[in-house]
Amino acid sequence: MSAATMTAPVTRSGADEGRIGLRNNLRHIGALARRNALQIKQDPESMFDVLLMPVIFILLFVYVFGGAIAGRGNQQEYVQYLVPGMMAMMGMNIAMAVGTGVNEDFRKGVMDRFRTMPIARSSVLIAKIVVEIVRMLIATTILLGMGFLLGLEIRGSVLEFLGAIVLATVFGAALMWIFILLGLAVKTPQAVQGMAMLVLMPLQFGSSIFAPPTSMPGWLEGFTKVNPLSNLADAARALINGQGAVAHPVLVTLGWAVAITAVTMPLAVAKFRSKT
Amino acid sequence: MAPGTVRGMTRQTITTKGGNAVEVRGLVKHFGEVKAVDGVDLDVKEGTVLGVLGPNGAGKTTLVRCLSTLLVPDAGHAVVAGYDVVRQPRALRRTIGLTGQYASVDEKLSGWENLYMIGRLLDLSRKDARGRADEMLERFSLTEAAKRPAAKYSGGMRRRLDLAASMIGRPAVLYLDEPTTGLDPRTRNEVWEEVQRMVREGATVLLTTQYMEEAEQLANELTVIDRGRVIAEGRVDELKAKVGGRTLQIRPADAGELDRMVGAIAQAGLDGIAGATADHDGGVVNVPIISDEQLTAVVGVLGARGFALAGISTHLPSLDEVFLAITGQKTSDAADGGPAGDAADQQYAEVTA
Repeated sequence: MSAATMTAPVTRSGADEGRIGLRNNLRHIGALARRNALQIKQDPESMFDVLLMPVIFILLFVYVFGGAIAGRGNQQEYVQYLVPGMMAMMGMNIAMAVGTGVNEDFRKGVMDRFRTMPIARSSVLIAKIVVEIVRMLIATTILLGMGFLLGLEIRGSVLEFLGAIVLATVFGAALMWIFILLGLAVKTPQAVQGMAMLVLMPLQFGSSIFAPPTSMPGWLEGFTKVNPLSNLADAARALINGQGAVAHPVLVTLGWAVAITAVTMPLAVAKFRSKT
Repeated sequence: MAPGTVRGMTRQTITTKGGNAVEVRGLVKHFGEVKAVDGVDLDVKEGTVLGVLGPNGAGKTTLVRCLSTLLVPDAGHAVVAGYDVVRQPRALRRTIGLTGQYASVDEKLSGWENLYMIGRLLDLSRKDARGRADEMLERFSLTEAAKRPAAKYSGGMRRRLDLAASMIGRPAVLYLDEPTTGLDPRTRNEVWEEVQRMVREGATVLLTTQYMEEAEQLANELTVIDRGRVIAEGRVDELKAKVGGRTLQIRPADAGELDRMVGAIAQAGLDGIAGATADHDGGVVNVPIISDEQLTAVVGVLGARGFALAGISTHLPSLDEVFLAITGQKTSDAADGGPAGDAADQQYAEVTA
């Protein structure tokens, strides 16, 4: 290589100056989250999933399937069963939208600008997650509001009820890293959606979200036991209904959240860094 | 204050004695079989503009992406503003600005919101970021469009917003990757004026372009690259002398006279005039010239022989002609239609006879 024989240009001190401090990092995340929020303001249609999905799904499941699953006239009890489960489903669906969002973002030149600026590269992704968590909380609020209209009762304590919301949010945020990774790995938003559906459908329906797994064949019942969505649904159900085991499903859900984040977050950030 | 931080009002001196703000040695970046950058050396003196001239696919953008920390080179060495691009990327990002071929602003945000966000990302206080956003919008004549989403801007406005975004942090070194590709002539001039102003204010600029005209307007020195390698370098006037100045284009009233005109010019044996050619498709005769006297002489000969002329124009050498003069070959992408710049170059330099 000719470079070896030439005089290397003189550089400044060997260390890489300018590690980003926590306060600056938080400011960067704030500025980028503001950007994501302004995008929503500019494009209100992007809120349709958050605003309408909970309404449509809950009506669909309670009135179309509710009778069949829970028996006629037993819709009240089915609402009590379904709504906590749907909190798990909401998180998953919104997390999927993060993947397509990141993928679309990357097709724009603005990512090049961010990546040539003195900011931590993870801050772009974290800002996205912050805004998506807010979207998720809005969706959960609408879902629960619909639930109350249909007769949902808080049978545990208020603290347990809030605990259910926090747990669903934590798990949803962990899921976002998977979809961010997916969004960075495939070429088009359509591909993100296609691949996400493959994961989404079995996880959602092979769970205790819509029906008790005791009516399923043995192998499927076994699957629902390890399925994190089942555990989240069971945990939320126990917390809101004030009955059933709480500790086990909560711990399994948190374990999954930690494991998913620990594996996919570093991969996503690395992928983001090396993406050209 | 650390070198190159954005808070300082004056641009930091980035080299010890006004030396090179950018030094690249043996830079290599391959994508599989494609040798996008294949051993490039170049220097940009502090406070000057280096034009990197080359056709599509020559490796210009890959070079800029390596120098702006978006790509890690496979081999070689590059120091920008005193920082090694591979070993000190974070420090380097504080001192550079990049305006790409495609506008790197958020199209859903307004012009003002874009600039404010960038100010905040560069650690300006809310107040300073607001002030700087207003100031840059004013400077780039975008104040009236400040609140509109960038998606609704015209191409030229978007490019100006992009330049403004790159300038928020008062970068010591600015990369402009084909800053006027796809712009109409008037907008192109506006961008040129802005770049010239940045240089007057002390910025060091590395500019990639496909247009000889742009290089001549903006650059102090030129590096010509093709297939990832440097094939010529030097001051703009040196390269122009090598290439042979301008081409005089003469359009006869009767297209059937093209060959007779070429013959008449050759017979006249004018000093320094050789190689007049007839372009039957274009209906013109092309004559390479290096001085205004030669222009007058050629036209004089044709007038004396009684040719009726419909139009005369001169144009700077196109990229293809530059390449032909330097390498004896057409540009590597001439096969697929040639750079779109040729026609535009001609349009720019056209003079009324």
